[in-house]
Amino acid sequence: MNNPDFWAMGGYAFYVWTSYGITFAVLLWNLISPVLQRKNLLRRLTVKQKRETS
Amino acid sequence: MKPIRRQRLILILLSLAGLGIAVAFALQAFNQNLMYFFSTSDVIAGKAPANADFRLGGMVVKGSLERPGADLLVRFKLSDLSKEVTVEYTGILPDLFREGQGIVAKGRLDGRGVFVAQEVLAKHDENYMPPEVASTLKKPVQP
Amino acid sequence: MAFFPASWTRFFHQTASPPYFYALASKLSPWLGGICLALLAAGLYGGLYLAPPDYQQGDSYRIIYVHVPAAWMSLFVYVLMAVMGGIALIWRMKLAEVMLISSAPIGAGFTFIALVTGSLWGKPMWGAWWVWDARLTSELILLFLYLGVISLYGAIEDKRNAARAVSILALVGVVNIPIIHYSVEWWNTLHQGPTVTKLDKPSIHISMLTPLLLMALAFKFYYALAVLQNAKLELLRRESGAQWVKNLLGAKT
Repeated sequence: MNNPDFWAMGGYAFYVWTSYGITFAVLLWNLISPVLQRKNLLRRLTVKQKRETS
Repeated sequence: MKPIRRQRLILILLSLAGLGIAVAFALQAFNQNLMYFFSTSDVIAGKAPANADFRLGGMVVKGSLERPGADLLVRFKLSDLSKEVTVEYTGILPDLFREGQGIVAKGRLDGRGVFVAQEVLAKHDENYMPPEVASTLKKPVQP
Repeated sequence: MAFFPASWTRFFHQTASPPYFYALASKLSPWLGGICLALLAAGLYGGLYLAPPDYQQGDSYRIIYVHVPAAWMSLFVYVLMAVMGGIALIWRMKLAEVMLISSAPIGAGFTFIALVTGSLWGKPMWGAWWVWDARLTSELILLFLYLGVISLYGAIEDKRNAARAVSILALVGVVNIPIIHYSVEWWNTLHQGPTVTKLDKPSIHISMLTPLLLMALAFKFYYALAVLQNAKLELLRRESGAQWVKNLLGAKT
């Protein structure tokens, strides 16, 4: 993969690598965003529960 | 299944069927508008609009491509395997443009019956293969 | 009328109960993620490195390995959403509502990817970023349907009512799916016809087809993983007052 021809993609480097970049950015965002939101929600619910029980 | 649920299921299926039929009729009515381009036979038959821009699609006839001048003007024939139309275009052609390739051109017919294009798009086919395979496939056909 | 054997119904009800489903989703996630990553690695290596360039399009055709799986998934996820909508309307099943709304952002993501990578492929090959042919236009409508589902659900305060409205929208929109699929056969389009799903001889060389199928499978596993993360979040939001959530919080502290 250190072959410069591989990264050049026969002159289509911009189109190919932008496609892959955008694809994985969207996929990763759709995966990480709900996990972060859930962690956040769990934290808030825990704080609320502690306040109610004490 | 409880009767109320079966009722809901039947209602949903009937609504979907009705909707499907309505959409099918609508698409049928707008069929011509949904066509992205006219074929060369359409143009010869006079179905394409005169004095207005439209898109023309077809195969670039092998051996028909010529560059009459020193500028970027190219002239070629398009065919849908039955009728041919001559196209003139000035500008840079897309990477995939070559003889035997399907293309879609946008422009209008002039007085000579030549299609003067302002834009040429290449339509690639659905076949994908390595160059070596393509060359072995082509050989037997060539005389 | 007994539609399913009693044992199936029991299994169904158990799996569909929020605490059981939440725990199941947590247990499955690492496996789904692992399989997805392995398939992605194999598919990317095969598609970007091992597969030869195309005889006409050179290396630009490698966009196919993200474009086509994303486009397939955009249709597949929408059909799943419509099925969930049907189940939610007929059986009033909460989990179906949750799975429907959890699928929407992921499906929208796939649709967006299919449109953008298609554009990046169209520019060098066709000579245009975008054309209003039947295939591209119907896929754009699909993106609007997904966005419609997301915003309609967000706009209605009561989530049970919101889920019913969204179920109907998902079902109505399903008529667009066959239109997208057959658009290249029904009308003249700039987009080419189907490669893999056509019935006669496959028109893609095996060395190029294998990575494509690996990537498609990887995207399926990705969807399963992502939809479970969204479903866990949605279940917590909806059931934040329920006892099982309190137990869950208690177990953590």
